[in-house]
Amino acid sequence: MSNATSKLSAPPSPLIEFWYHFKSHLGGLIGLVIITFFLFLGLFAEVIAPYDPAQIFPGKATLPPFFAQGGSMEFILGTDDVGRDILSRLIFGGRISIVYSFLVVLLSGTIGTSLGLIAGYYGGAVDRMTMRLVDIMMSLPSILLAIVVASILGPGLLNTVIAVSIVSIPHFIRLIRAQTMAEMKRPYVTASKTFGASSARQMFINILPNCMAPLIVQATIGFSNGILDIAALGFLGLGAKPPLSEWGTMLADARAYIESAPWMVTLPGICILLVVLGFNLLGDGLRDALDPRLKKS
Amino acid sequence: MIKFLAKKFFGLFPTLIGVSILSFVLIRLAPGDPVMLMLGERGADPVVYEQMKKNLGLDKPLFIQYAIFIKNISMGDLGKSIVSRRTVKEEFFDRFPATFELGFVALLIAIIFGIPLGIIAAIKKNGPIDLMVMGVSLAGYSMPIFWWGLILILIFSVTLGITPVAGRLSIMYDIDPITGLMLIDTWLSGEGLEAFIDAVKHLMLPAIAMGTIPLAIIARMTRSAMLEVLSEDYMRTAKAKGISPKKIIYVHGLRNALIPVVTVIGLMFGSIMTGAILTETIFSWPGIGKWMVSAVAARDYPVIQSGILIIAFMIIMINMLVDLVYAVINPKMRGQ
Repeated sequence: MSNATSKLSAPPSPLIEFWYHFKSHLGGLIGLVIITFFLFLGLFAEVIAPYDPAQIFPGKATLPPFFAQGGSMEFILGTDDVGRDILSRLIFGGRISIVYSFLVVLLSGTIGTSLGLIAGYYGGAVDRMTMRLVDIMMSLPSILLAIVVASILGPGLLNTVIAVSIVSIPHFIRLIRAQTMAEMKRPYVTASKTFGASSARQMFINILPNCMAPLIVQATIGFSNGILDIAALGFLGLGAKPPLSEWGTMLADARAYIESAPWMVTLPGICILLVVLGFNLLGDGLRDALDPRLKKS
Repeated sequence: MIKFLAKKFFGLFPTLIGVSILSFVLIRLAPGDPVMLMLGERGADPVVYEQMKKNLGLDKPLFIQYAIFIKNISMGDLGKSIVSRRTVKEEFFDRFPATFELGFVALLIAIIFGIPLGIIAAIKKNGPIDLMVMGVSLAGYSMPIFWWGLILILIFSVTLGITPVAGRLSIMYDIDPITGLMLIDTWLSGEGLEAFIDAVKHLMLPAIAMGTIPLAIIARMTRSAMLEVLSEDYMRTAKAKGISPKKIIYVHGLRNALIPVVTVIGLMFGSIMTGAILTETIFSWPGIGKWMVSAVAARDYPVIQSGILIIAFMIIMINMLVDLVYAVINPKMRGQ
């Protein structure tokens, strides 16, 4: 017996196995490159950005980007209505988008996963109550709920994070609940129960790791939704306060200059689109690589 | 089937009650006093303030306010806007046709372009056309529509000067709302072709902006449903029987692939409403979405709580309708 097992080569580490599947997914790779690029910019914003994002250059307001007529290399992507460097603001804005959408994923993911595990594990009345709550929240357009919550909490980025997190929770609950219910039927759960595993151990140590693949995919999609919703609230004036260079807030300021300074409108939106696209591509790639069952044609 | 229907129908009530509590409680947690907002700068007089609060019923305990709210709703009274003093029902019916028209045309655009694109992509799987369609659809799916609306304005209104920037109709046309749908009312009013074209021009950009995400979803969905159907055994059988490729794809393939696509379209109502909130704000479109946003800004309690309830009610009803249609098509679904 022992001879036979020693002849088999050790299974590849999960990371290597994952990479093997992931690297053949073109979209996923493109997504990874986009996200890495913006992460890099955000991480080293102080070094990369040519100026301070809040610094005002008197007399240099609404200068166009270098490729347009009247633009110069002094301000590569031009300046905004009060004379701040747009490139620097975009770079620092990327940091804001990624950090705060990460908070959204962390907050909604933790709460949603816990509730989903509890609902799926205990079933019965707990499950019915939780799912009723999910139904209620899902019967409202998420942005409407986020607007109401954000206006209750008042403007500010952290409040935006709370508002967007609340509306993202139901997606995690649904996913993890369904996953937990499927895992509950597996022999390993019954086995550890006969060994006297507590409910908490069953949920968080035995079942949760087996829900990781879809959870990672959902978290990636949570990033793109988070970025979109944070920017949307910023655009509606319910998000980041003006001096901050959050992309949605930048767009809201730029609206009035759509005719005289179109680059002010164009550039922040391209950044939002790129990052959201990156996370969506990454999510597709992760889904295919991590969970062949979810693989889409 | 009747048992299934009854179960579905009564299952709605707890959700609706939940939504009503949610909307009622949420808006009262908001800082800012609606009475103060209404009185404005003159709000300093405490006697006037108390009188006003009493008139609005805001001096009573919360659960009594809620009970009154529910009692009124059950009798069809949705309350009165604090800002405009008009009933919420009136305000809703004034604005609903605008959102309906916009949403309908947006969905129409999404379907007309989305389904053929999905079919072409599926037939030419992994070819350049497929890659392009999927790329565009992914970009559409990731689109921040509040930005997309501005870009459309930038291209078509500012640069090309083809379309107007805001509203539903130019001021020179004075048209009585008969159906509330501008595309129809311009004909009924006798203003004729010019007014109609004007209405189309106003509608074009917001409809494109709002239809983009649904279009992307429909194209993706059609493609994957089509690919699945194309790999079925009966498709091979049809091919073996010598049926022309066109007939195989459009008669045997499309008809079966459309079932999941139709379901997705039916369930898209919620995302259409989300789109309406952002799109209407950008294009100053006088619909439900803009109404809700300005009601939140003005702390117009009755409008927000009834508005949320109406929107949730519509979404819940449409979702149920989709479920029902699905159950009729596919008896397997009834048991679940």
